[in-house]
Formats: sequence, C-alpha cells, structure tokens
Amino acid sequence: MSLLAVESLDARHGLLQAVREVSLSLQEGETVALVGANGAGKTTLLRTIAGAHRPAAGRLIFDGTDITAIPAHRRVRLGIALVPEGRRLFPGLTVEENLLTAGGRGRPGLWTVNRVLEAFPLLAPLRQQRAATLSGGQQQAAAIGRALMSNPRLLLLDEVSLGLAPIVVDSVYASLRLLIENGATILLVEQDLARAMGVAARILCMLEGRIVLEGAARELTRERITAAYFGLSRAADPASS
Amino acid sequence: MDWVNAVVQGVMLGGLYALLACGLSLTFGVMRIINLAHGDIAILGAYLVWTVVDHTAMSPFLAALLALPVMLVLGYALQILLLERSLRAGPLVPLLTTFGLAIVIQNLLLQVFSPDVQSLGGNAGVITTASWQITDQLSIPGLGVLILAVAIVTLGVLQLFLSRTRLGREMRATAQDPDMAGLVGINARDVYARATAIAVATAGLAGLFLAIRSTFDPSSGPTQLIFAFEAVVIGGFGSLWGTLVGGIVLGVAQAIGEQINPQYSILAGHLVILVVLATGRGSLLVARGARA
Repeated sequence: MSLLAVESLDARHGLLQAVREVSLSLQEGETVALVGANGAGKTTLLRTIAGAHRPAAGRLIFDGTDITAIPAHRRVRLGIALVPEGRRLFPGLTVEENLLTAGGRGRPGLWTVNRVLEAFPLLAPLRQQRAATLSGGQQQAAAIGRALMSNPRLLLLDEVSLGLAPIVVDSVYASLRLLIENGATILLVEQDLARAMGVAARILCMLEGRIVLEGAARELTRERITAAYFGLSRAADPASS
Repeated sequence: MDWVNAVVQGVMLGGLYALLACGLSLTFGVMRIINLAHGDIAILGAYLVWTVVDHTAMSPFLAALLALPVMLVLGYALQILLLERSLRAGPLVPLLTTFGLAIVIQNLLLQVFSPDVQSLGGNAGVITTASWQITDQLSIPGLGVLILAVAIVTLGVLQLFLSRTRLGREMRATAQDPDMAGLVGINARDVYARATAIAVATAGLAGLFLAIRSTFDPSSGPTQLIFAFEAVVIGGFGSLWGTLVGGIVLGVAQAIGEQINPQYSILAGHLVILVVLATGRGSLLVARGARA
C-alpha cells in the first residue's frame, strides 16, 4: 500500500484553478521530485497535501486514512510535515524555540533539538539567536530541522534551494541525502532539474495544474522533461492534452 | 508635597490602568483584534463578583476566585463563537463585532442589574481604608499598593508565560504566522481561544479592583476602554512592560491634572496621548500600520 495517494485533486485560488485532477501516489521510502514552471501548481499541490489549502475536489489518502477533511495541525500528528517556500520561520522566536514549536505536538520519535543541531552543525552556535537574524542557508537548515522535529513519515520540501548560494545548496542537499538513506519519504519541489534528477528516484512534471510527465529519474532524459516543462510536446501533439 | 502626593497616587492609578490594558494588549498582539468590548467585559467581571458578594456576603477577593474561572470560560467561548467567525471575514469585522458586543453587554447589565451605581469598596474590608502615613501631607494607600502589586505580578506572570511555557511559545508563533503555526502542528484555533480567555480573565481582575477602588454602573465600560487603550498606545503595542509604563504615565498625568484643577484630570490624560501620537510613537504606529 502506498504511503500517500492523491486522487483527482482539484485546488483553486478563487477563480484560478491551480491544481487540476492531479492523481499520484508515493511509496514508503521513496523520493519524488516535482518539477514545473512557475505557476504550474506545485506549491499549491504541496500546501494542499499538508492541509494549509483546502481542495475543491478529490481525495487525499495517507497510510490508508482519508485525510481530506483533516486540518493541517492534525496532519502533522499523523506524520506529514511541510518545509514551505521561503522558509517561513517564526522571525521573533529563537532557533531553538522554532524547533520546539514543532516538537512534541507531532509524532513521537527520534528527533530532538540536540539531534537536529547534530544533523545541522551550522545551527549549533545559533541556538539562542532570533530566526530573523539568520542568513538564508541557516534559515533553510532551521526550517528543515523544524519539520523533522515532528518526526514526519512524509516530508514535503518546497524549493529548498531558492535564493541560496550554490555551496549552501550543496550542504542542504547533503543533509537531505542523509535523510533519504535513513528511509524518509520525500516529495520535493525543485527548480534545478539536475539537482532534482540527482536526488529523486522518480520525477513528476507539472504544467498548468496537471501532471504531464511521470517517470523514473534514470529513464527520463533532460530533453523530455524540458519539453513537458514548457508544454512543447503538447504543441507538437494536440491530441495528448 | 502635594505634587509628590499626586505622582504617588498617579503611579498607583496607573497600576489599575495597566491591569485593564494588558488583556487589550494581548488580544491585539496575538490576534490583531482590537476588542472594543474590553471595558464592558471588565465591568461584567465587576458585576459577577458583586453578585457573588451580594448573595453570600463573602469577601470580594474570595468571590473573585470564583468569578475568574467563569471569565476564562466566557473568554474561550467568546473567541470560538464570535471572534473566530468575525476574523474569517476580514480584519475590520472583529472591530464591528466587539463594538456590537459592547452595546449588548451594557444593555444586558442595565436590564439585569438596573442603572444603580454600585461599589465593592464597603465589602473589601480594612484594605480600602488602610494607609501608610509618610509625612503630614503624604500617605500611601494600602489599596493602591495592592493594585499596583497585582498589576506587576499579573504582567510578570503573563510575560513569563509567553516566554517560558510551551503554550506561550505557541501563542507567539501563532501571532507571527498563523498559517505556518498550523503546519508545525499548532492548533491555532485553540491558541487564539486561550489567549482570549486569559485576556477576558485579566479584564475581570481589573473590574474587581475598579469596583473596590471606586464605583461602577452598566455604562462604565467605555471610559475604562479609553483608559486601557491610551495605556497600550503610550506603552507601545505588544509590549507588556510597555503597557505598565503606559498605564503609569497615564495615571500620573491624570493625577497631576487633577492637582491643577479637578476638572482637568481626564483631559490631562488625553493630552498626553495626543503628545505621544504627535511625536515619535505616533509616526512609529503609522509606519507599522503601513507595513501591515
């Protein structure tokens, strides 16, 4: 049985339909990358899975339970955590307090403040510093650490490399690889195709709210993904849309 | 010496204003709601205590121990039943809702308790008359010291609660980003309701001391709201210790105004707030409003 199943999900922002009849499933331990142009509906899809956005139609099944009507804070308890676009740390709280907000209310498990600080050594000296004073990379590490504090079974990562220096992105991805090796189930949105193909076993490509291409990362070529990304295949073959 | 006396009385009056204002500050700080019914809720608290005292002849302080849990429950219900729905309709709707609530409370109190002026001063025992005679012209009233002490303890406990406890941390997180709070597992609805419960209970506590210190009637609320509001603005929104300073500044201004001429008491307080708004803090508030 899959850990997460999304069944013909529709999500709207007012009149704009951001996600159209999306269906996908994630197996336990799998890492899947979601790629697509800006406005393709990736962030909305992730936020809907996390419970921050109400779907207009469709169902979400997590570990066999229908979670479509369950609010975000209770999904955290079931084991879903989102690292949102732009990090969204609580700016007035210290790094430690940010981590603690997600601890205890989530699933019981291994992650503690000390373990997060071990996994992200760059955070250790910043423990008592307000999150607003951190650099982008430090904030990203803290945001991922905060999500881990709820001991998620499914980790949703939205553009973790956005606005970070390449060297910082490397260290963020190094820590992600550690999580993946430890059996985490991850759905990540990534603009950098090379990184997405490097870290994920499976790639989903979204265009205008739909999944237009899906496949194993080693079987897909850059060209096919790029074509799906910009909707080129659709232009060539109108019957497929 | 009269002036020293005025300042001392003002500081103690400021304690009452700070007590009245901290709930208003908390509601605004956590939920961005300006509760226009805050003064009337304080008077409601006063009537609640008065009712218990009237029926049982117990000390108002003991009666308050019974009334404050009721205020907590009322506050929780107020958030879930009324304010939460209003918040969903936009930031201005709670302002209208609490304005309406203020009118409803005043009229309910009028209906149930009649427009008679009441006071708990006579029931509070020796504390209302006790004082320390420092010199011929300067005496420090026991009640004033008690109110100031209660205000400082209440603000201190609130501050510790917000900075040290799990619920306080969750309250600060939710105040900064309610959407994100949900995504880390915080039930924002519950956090908001608890914040309102605390705010309503502190209003009730302020109502108790107001009722012991002077008199109250069903229409006393709006004046108390203005004082609380002024204390919060002088002290700076969202800062609890600032609220204490704001309350004391307001109290001292009123006492000094009264010393000049009894008619000038309230006016002096209003003048201070005008000065504050016209200078630094006013422009700070405008800048903050523009950012939000």
